[in-house]
Amino acid sequence: MELRPLHIVNALLIDGDTPRAGSLLAVDGRIAALDPADRPNGAETIDARGQWLAPGIIDFGVFATDKPAFHFGGITRAALMPDSGPLDGAGLVERAAKGGKPDLWVHPLAAATKGLEGRELAEIGLMKQAGARAIATGRARIADSGVMRRVLSYAASLGLVTIIHAEDEGLTAGAVATDGEMATRLGLASAPAIAEAIAIARDLALVEETGAPVHFRQVTTARGIDLIRAAKAKGLPVRCGITPAHLLLSDTAIGDFRTFARLSPPLRSEDDRQACLAAVADGTIDILASGHDPRGPEDKRLPFAEALPGMAGAETLLALGLGLVRDGHVSPGRLFELLAATPGRLLGVAAGQLTVGHEADLILVDADTPWQVDAKKMAAWAGNTPFDGMPVQGRATMMWKGGSRIR
Amino acid sequence: MTSATIRPASDYPPGGDAFRHRHLTGIAQLTPWEISYVLDAAEEWVDMNRSGAAKHDDRLAGLTIINAFFENSTRTLLSFEIAGKRLGADVVNMHAGQSSVKKGETLIDTAMTLNAMRADAIVIRHASSGAVQLIADKVDCPVLNAGDGRHEHPTQALLDALTIRRRLGRVEGLTIAICGDVLHSRVARSNILALTLLGNEVRIVAPPTLTPPAMDRLHVTSFTDMDEGIRDADVVMMLRLQNERMDGAYLPSAREYHALYGLTPKRLKRAKPDAIVMHPGPMNRGVEIDSSVADDPVRSTITEQVEMGVAVRMACLDILTRRKRGIAGWN
Repeated sequence: MELRPLHIVNALLIDGDTPRAGSLLAVDGRIAALDPADRPNGAETIDARGQWLAPGIIDFGVFATDKPAFHFGGITRAALMPDSGPLDGAGLVERAAKGGKPDLWVHPLAAATKGLEGRELAEIGLMKQAGARAIATGRARIADSGVMRRVLSYAASLGLVTIIHAEDEGLTAGAVATDGEMATRLGLASAPAIAEAIAIARDLALVEETGAPVHFRQVTTARGIDLIRAAKAKGLPVRCGITPAHLLLSDTAIGDFRTFARLSPPLRSEDDRQACLAAVADGTIDILASGHDPRGPEDKRLPFAEALPGMAGAETLLALGLGLVRDGHVSPGRLFELLAATPGRLLGVAAGQLTVGHEADLILVDADTPWQVDAKKMAAWAGNTPFDGMPVQGRATMMWKGGSRIR
Repeated sequence: MTSATIRPASDYPPGGDAFRHRHLTGIAQLTPWEISYVLDAAEEWVDMNRSGAAKHDDRLAGLTIINAFFENSTRTLLSFEIAGKRLGADVVNMHAGQSSVKKGETLIDTAMTLNAMRADAIVIRHASSGAVQLIADKVDCPVLNAGDGRHEHPTQALLDALTIRRRLGRVEGLTIAICGDVLHSRVARSNILALTLLGNEVRIVAPPTLTPPAMDRLHVTSFTDMDEGIRDADVVMMLRLQNERMDGAYLPSAREYHALYGLTPKRLKRAKPDAIVMHPGPMNRGVEIDSSVADDPVRSTITEQVEMGVAVRMACLDILTRRKRGIAGWN
């Protein structure tokens, strides 16, 4: 079936800081014009009825290809972490990239080392040819500084960004929480928050030495953020991200041993949380992602320390992001920089912005409708959300991938 | 005995309002008067237990108590078993070694199995912090925490409070030094909560590698110098040092630990002249405590703690099953 031109009218376009009234025309799966003067014959017209028209969310760093959750959440593209598999060979990367067809883009992040073991370089070049758009260290960092240095310079020579998990394994060995009153009261093994800053400091030194571009997938502490801020001021090719959990929850959320709040890195102190909010507002943090990691009861209905870390985040990402807008931390335009534009640039795809020539990956967003997060009624294949029961506002009401309607 | 921490019975609210908990998962859930309510109840059982041949009461006759111990224990298990039997209950012990836990059954499945067997109370020990709470949320009967990971061991704290109250006449306004491996100790956590709640000055004496973070938030003072930490203390409470902590990761050696943190007669002179010495057992003689201190009948309360343990556990089993037994006012 031939793709009809798509004409969305009566929308509030998110192509600047604040939503503005306008319309959009997509032809052959790409954005052809903003506010087109006339509408081509045969175009399908959608009346947005004053809803936001935004680029589809590009969820940077998920652990599962969980389409129902992504579609619920307005996510048209997902950058898949290499941990399940692990994705350390060209064939695996190629297959993972096809995992979303036909209605979701999946961009595999290739394993930086064989088996993600942190010892030998994986076939990064062949994986790039197979469709990998960046490489990643996985759920842990590469402990050996020598290996990390070689990974960074090798990936950089291929034009690939290295996605880093920043926690010092010596300090975090056995820990399931951050040092503090909560961990002590619950009797949980904990690690100091500086485990993050120490890891970031090492990798920033390697970035300075090699010039390799990196992205710290989650920066969650004040000291970590300070280091990133300073590195950016120096002009180093550094970006960083965060998930809503570390912006909206502190370690008090693990009270009563709630395993849905067992995350990696663990939830931090309230001071660190406030520093993260400030870093989102001042632009130090570049990407807001879900970290989508659905875990069933066999992984979560266990004593806290035995449960696996991770949260199902894809469905709540947009609504919690809209909460940041309502609370005055970011503008609507900046929110979609965090959710779509910057991840798109990092992946090197023509998507993530309402720009002529970009893929017509689009969502309509009803920014205000209230709903309640319910772990028992999630579209994701597991409902392990630390936000269970939280009232939120806003959701994606329609979405298109490459100009064709998927919801 | 007269003391401010011992209340007349008329001080307590009537019936179940005196102890408003379905389970005993930790000291953290209790109020000061709930603690003294349990201690008062235990006093009666101390008297009965000492009364010669007739150490028996049939108030729990017909009830089934399951002691589900997922972690090895001799003393606590025995203490709970005796407590249940003295009250006339049918007591069944489940050891992790004999159970299907080793065959990969999850903790929740095991809990549901115990529940389906219609236990009237379940006593649980588990190596993971929070495991007891997890089970308590899933079963229909009262659950008693006999120690979960490094989290809590509430009956130990209650028996320690009772021992102190009987020895020193009160358990408030005292200076109490808790010494040793606080980081890995559920006994320390429960005692910190109980003893600060009752209005004592609690000090922690531990090497920095075995001191938990944020201790000031628990209203205690931390010391790394044992001589400083026990100075003028009314109570010196020693903790057991697990063998696996002495291998260099947390401490250089047992020998060095004894030199810096072992309770010797000489060191004990720093505490008050009538200070008592406590230990939850089992002891590492010559490591955290010298035999001459442990065996000193005037200072050491170690065997008395064991005795109080049975009485406190009888009190807890009695109180938590009152609802089930249809005692007036407990519903």
